[in-house]
Amino acid sequence: MQEDAAIIEIRNLDKFFGKFQALADVSLSVRSGERVVICGPSGSGKSTLIRCINRLEEHSAGQLTVDGIELDDETKNIRAVRMEVGMVFQQFNLFPHLTVLENLTVGPMRVRKISRRKAEERARKYLERVHIPEQAEKYPAQLSGGQQQRVAIARSLCMEPRIMLFDEPTSALDPEMINEVLDVMVELAESGMTMICVTHEMGFARKVADMMVFMEEGRIIESAPPAEFFSSPKSERCRMFLDQILEH
Amino acid sequence: MPNSSTRSLQTQSPGYSRFIAQMSAGKRLSFYLKSKPASVAVYLIVVYIIVQAALTGAEAMGYTWRWYRIPDYLFQLTDDGFQWGEISIGLVKTLQLSVQAFALAVVLGLIVALLRLSGLLVGTGVAVGYLEFVRNMPLLVLLYLFYYVLGPIFKFDRYTASLLCLAVFHSALVSEIFRAGINAVNIGQWEAAKSIGMSSAQAYRYIILPQSIKFMLPPMTGEAVHLIKSSAIVSVIAVAELTTIGRNIISDTYLSFEIWFTIAAVYMVVTLILSVFVTFLEKKYAVAT
Repeated sequence: MQEDAAIIEIRNLDKFFGKFQALADVSLSVRSGERVVICGPSGSGKSTLIRCINRLEEHSAGQLTVDGIELDDETKNIRAVRMEVGMVFQQFNLFPHLTVLENLTVGPMRVRKISRRKAEERARKYLERVHIPEQAEKYPAQLSGGQQQRVAIARSLCMEPRIMLFDEPTSALDPEMINEVLDVMVELAESGMTMICVTHEMGFARKVADMMVFMEEGRIIESAPPAEFFSSPKSERCRMFLDQILEH
Repeated sequence: MPNSSTRSLQTQSPGYSRFIAQMSAGKRLSFYLKSKPASVAVYLIVVYIIVQAALTGAEAMGYTWRWYRIPDYLFQLTDDGFQWGEISIGLVKTLQLSVQAFALAVVLGLIVALLRLSGLLVGTGVAVGYLEFVRNMPLLVLLYLFYYVLGPIFKFDRYTASLLCLAVFHSALVSEIFRAGINAVNIGQWEAAKSIGMSSAQAYRYIILPQSIKFMLPPMTGEAVHLIKSSAIVSVIAVAELTTIGRNIISDTYLSFEIWFTIAAVYMVVTLILSVFVTFLEKKYAVAT
């Protein structure tokens, strides 16, 4: 795969939930190492879009290629893509019956089939990277929200994915915990990871994004580099949205 | 722990008496009734009434109690040494039947539940068909079906017929417990498991089922107790389990009251032991979510 080739190629994607159209003719291509931030009002299809990328949602029409693998009904392809694409959820979704360490090793051991020793080594390395090596033996319920979300990030990283998806990772957090999670995400961005983040943290977006995407009613209304996006948004709707969330 | 808090309140007497004094009369009564000694007293009164009623009834019939004959049916100490009595042998058969049937019911039930949840039209159809067919048939009819219809065709004996009948009947109910338990696990757990590349089988095994155990333990215990008790029905095709043995002894000796009371007590002891054991398990699997 060449340097500049798109690692994610989305072409004319449609998604219907019953009669409701959640995505309408969405096209987007993301290069390896690129950081994309998607924003837009609630119900605009941002989450649906990134959930299509690892097939948590099945797209209704269009083409979606991730890391050279086309996502279709082939189970083998879906799992291959999921192993390359990590995802961090708004509600963390840690496994409550497993310790932090086990949360991090269960994927590598069962899916990647690496040994326990290697998996634990890797888990400790990534816990170190999200700054909570001392919590390895605890259960998720014993951690704060910010710590849980950092464990969730580490859990995804343990699969050594090439792409990371973030679905409003700080929306469920208490305000004082948002920064500890964003710091980890900034560090991850600086390490060269390909990232697609759905978030309203515009400070974070300004700092790391290569590309801003604004969505409304299932369509991409605007996509531009952050400098241009924030200073002179082309569409009226996007300007209004930015005014609303940047007001405070 | 409500008990320990009641106890500590009782030892701190000034505060405790003020606490009691502040309550209205009705509230105070219900507070006292909820205490442990009151519960035990109520229980004893109820048991006394039942026993008294049985005794009165038996007396009116001119029944002669011969409890002294019962221990021989539990175990005997003869010159040959210790020997299990008939009731004990029957109990072992009941336990054997129940354990095997329950194990089979759990396996069948899990398969049916997974089929139901598979999202495949055929799978769901087969599962629902099986469930409704089995669930809406009286256990006795199902037993006759296995013994008189399927038995001769597939050449199985009365024990196997009983075992399969109980397993099939309870598998339908167990499958619903599995389904409820699996559905009780947050959908986010599925998504997290899928997002790290797990197959459905891996997600079930490592993520979903371990978490659904805590939801399934209480109804599953009820189901096990139910199965042990409903295993008595196989006495109609004369499998030599607890109830059959009881009937046989009664037809030999006319000790109806003593034997039925004893048999009832034996069932109760077994199911109570089971319940206590599961309470320990529940504590073990109580994971905060």
